[in-house]
Amino acid sequence: MSATDPVLRDPALLGEAAPAKAANPREPEPPSWLGKEEPLPAYVAGTGATHGRRALRIFLRNPNALAGLIILALVVIAAGIAPLLYPGDPLAMVAKPFLWPGQDAAYPLGTDSMGRDVLAGILHGTRISLTVGIAATLLGLVAGISVGAVAGYYGGRVDDLLVRIIEIFQTLPNFVLVVVLVAITQPTAATISIAIAIVTWPNVARLVRAEFRSIREKDYVMAARSLGYGDARIIFREILPNGLPPIIVTSSVMVAGAILMESALSFMGLGDPNVVSWGSMIGAGRELIRTAWYLTALPGLAIVSTVLALNMIGDGLNDALNPRFLQDR
Amino acid sequence: MSSLGKIGSSLRRTAIQAVPTVIGIVILNFFLLQMAPGDAADVIAGEAGSATEETMHALRVQFGLNHPVLVQLYNYLNELAHFSLGFSPRYGMPVAELIGQRLPGTLLLMSLALGIALFIGLVLGSVMAIFAGRLPDRVLSVLALVFYSVPGFWIGLMLIILFSVTLGWLPSGGAGTIGADLSGWAGLWDKARYMILPATSLALFYVAIYARLTRASMLEVKSQDFVRTARAKGLSPFSVTVHHVLRNALIPITTLAGMHIGSMLGGAVVVETVYSWPGLGRLAYEAVMGRDFTVLLGILLLSSLLVIAVNAAVDLLQTFLDPRIGVR
Repeated sequence: MSATDPVLRDPALLGEAAPAKAANPREPEPPSWLGKEEPLPAYVAGTGATHGRRALRIFLRNPNALAGLIILALVVIAAGIAPLLYPGDPLAMVAKPFLWPGQDAAYPLGTDSMGRDVLAGILHGTRISLTVGIAATLLGLVAGISVGAVAGYYGGRVDDLLVRIIEIFQTLPNFVLVVVLVAITQPTAATISIAIAIVTWPNVARLVRAEFRSIREKDYVMAARSLGYGDARIIFREILPNGLPPIIVTSSVMVAGAILMESALSFMGLGDPNVVSWGSMIGAGRELIRTAWYLTALPGLAIVSTVLALNMIGDGLNDALNPRFLQDR
Repeated sequence: MSSLGKIGSSLRRTAIQAVPTVIGIVILNFFLLQMAPGDAADVIAGEAGSATEETMHALRVQFGLNHPVLVQLYNYLNELAHFSLGFSPRYGMPVAELIGQRLPGTLLLMSLALGIALFIGLVLGSVMAIFAGRLPDRVLSVLALVFYSVPGFWIGLMLIILFSVTLGWLPSGGAGTIGADLSGWAGLWDKARYMILPATSLALFYVAIYARLTRASMLEVKSQDFVRTARAKGLSPFSVTVHHVLRNALIPITTLAGMHIGSMLGGAVVVETVYSWPGLGRLAYEAVMGRDFTVLLGILLLSSLLVIAVNAAVDLLQTFLDPRIGVR
């Protein structure tokens, strides 16, 4: 699924896959005795701020990431101006049904079978997609980071138990679980976000746990411990900031995944019935696919461009924050 | 120990480790579904249009829904222990039989989709790795990212518009020509025609993942010593790529493909809806809508078992691809 099961996209694994992509045009390296040593990066000794600035510079030099950033900015602007441009209910009937795109200048993207404005629907649909995408990601991050941090930092019995729980959630087919969760609650933006977060947190937890396990053995954590800092301070002030790069990369992919899942849910009629969403527009247009295929195609293009933008940003972030270059954080 | 014995003991260990996970899943699912408002009796009564208090009670007694929750859980676990998935009140047949009817369709669809995804993904990924950093690589990288961003149900509908509505080459839904009693090659061809579009829609997302992963791991393997050795001893570039680079690059890909079984099932729910394909995904959706929790529990349990089994198979496959891994 597809893409509809974004959950499927295992950000942790993609994280593993992507580094080589970052290292890009990597032909087999000539043996070191030929004298071509990799220049030692100066930033190894740098502070957090220079890491950040350097990463930003790499990110902004990446054409794909820039394109993604621009598309995403347009989507955010669309979400912001939708209620200003179309203050009325996007589900209201405003014109003759089945106006094709371009047929009437007042309705540039045409109207659907009930005479609703397609452009108004797409612009308003931006809001629910972004809301669910961001809310689900934040919830998933909070839950995943908490569980992963506790499991990775404390280890032992607690770790065994939490890993078991993570395993249980990862064995259940994600999208089926989301469908069940949404069906047993009333579908609203909030319940959909929670349902998506419930299936995505285990990926974050696994990633964070691995980070914590490797970082907790570092010298500066030992130093912090010997200074008598408490666990909470070590977790949040020492380890977490240093484990952030892969989490940042994951979160942009998670937003994309959540948007895909929301659209699949509302396509199947499991979305919030009172709000117009890209998925529900496609679900409605589907019946008319033989006569008015633009009703299916246009909202889908909105989904593809938003998700594509987020994935391009994710790739760019991955290249910029590539842990392989940050030898010893 | 013989290698067959090793495989046997490895499988046994996997099975033992899976037991607590499976029990956890069953209990988690059970309580989750208890939280849902309404039960099968409500839905059946609602569909009948009217029901008295007494008929509702009779229905609940018949389905065992009148017992306290923990007793219901005990009854369910007891049935599972006897290898029975329970009885579906809605379909009026044992859940195992119901799932048995739908499972082959979904497995067929999923294996075809996985096959397509692996084949195209490996080819695209190899091309990308061979031309790393040059034009074909850049173009295909963007293409993979697009595949990765397209919702399966939408690309399914777009394929229907192109191949069924406009060109009229392939059917837009169903699992076979109704009434056409075909056998042999003609029957197979008929079935294949109905599967091409759903399997492609399901596969596209995974094509992207496998292509990117193949590219990444081939670049990684390419710089290792044994590849240089193979090249130095005069093997043709093709032979080096296929036998040395690709074979080793397959290891992370098989791991990921095993993990994708569960998610593919989720994808199948949506794709089966688009193409009215009679499979497990559609059954799950209908069960949710009909509050038929016994069926849902059965599907969730069965798919979890499927995930565990596939991962065990992947472990064995990897020892074949790289004997250094060894059967533990």
